[in-house]
Amino acid sequence: MIDLLIDITLLAFLLVTAIAIIRIHSLFAIVMLFGIFSLSSAGLFVVMDAADVAFTEAAVGAGISTVLMLATLALTRQHDEKRTAKHLPILPLLVVLVTGAALIYGTLDIPAFGDPDAPAQQHVAPHYLNRAVEETGVPNIVTAVLASYRGFDTLGEVTVIFTAGVGVFLLLARRSKKERERGTHRET
Amino acid sequence: MKHNLILRITAKLLIPYIILFALYVQFHGDFGPGGGFQAGVIFSAAFILYTLVYGLATAQRTIPLWILQRLASFGVLIYIGTGVAGLLLGGEFLNYSLLADAPITGQHIGILVIELGVGITVASVMIMIFFLFAGRGRP
Repeated sequence: MIDLLIDITLLAFLLVTAIAIIRIHSLFAIVMLFGIFSLSSAGLFVVMDAADVAFTEAAVGAGISTVLMLATLALTRQHDEKRTAKHLPILPLLVVLVTGAALIYGTLDIPAFGDPDAPAQQHVAPHYLNRAVEETGVPNIVTAVLASYRGFDTLGEVTVIFTAGVGVFLLLARRSKKERERGTHRET
Repeated sequence: MKHNLILRITAKLLIPYIILFALYVQFHGDFGPGGGFQAGVIFSAAFILYTLVYGLATAQRTIPLWILQRLASFGVLIYIGTGVAGLLLGGEFLNYSLLADAPITGQHIGILVIELGVGITVASVMIMIFFLFAGRGRP
């Protein structure tokens, strides 16, 4: 019962934040609202007992991405352009309604949350749950799956982060060095 | 924010605990929630707070860009190295069971080491990206 109440409250927060993000034009406020959105999702993950996912969402979504987006804002404009619709948005509305209806129709077939008979729980999950402690000696099965059973996937994730770092470095580092040289030149 | 006394003192008090918490998440990830990824992000958050309060130049004196560059690659190399170690010991790539006499000990060591690699890479890439973003705006 209390779980349901928390769920409804958090989902209501998500909805309000999402609508506010669409309506507001100040990019600074939008970045802050994104942070709140991530924090609410992290709360939802905690209710669903996915502590590791919640942790990541809170640290990355609410923490680092907010800071990075603020840093980006500092380099660009604070406001986006106000656009006034020149025509009635009938076609977009239709697309949204049809897609939304299709998605809701799709949820009817989804197994209940935490259903042990769900197809996703039938493949390798029973093996992990039953044998992880025995085979890896790690009580946190999420870590056992991430680091050992699915170690190759995690290697891919680390490589993605590394590649992102290299990409940002290649794009921004040389320019900032040039600017720094110019700065020291001006000081001397 | 360089002259804001309250911010500076509070940050000074907070940063050690943020780093301590990051280390806890890093090395306690096999018992509780967390792991290298979360730990790396928390660790970088400590440095980003330091940069915000004390300025980019001070932060880059503490941990220069070239070190971050090498650390980012080093973390990935630790990960791949652990995989290759399993390969050299006669197992499959990323099979940690052969790293020690008992398979469970091997798994434990392997998981700790690759989580460390993940943590180092994530932390240094996040700090590096922030440094580069923050360094761009100023002349």
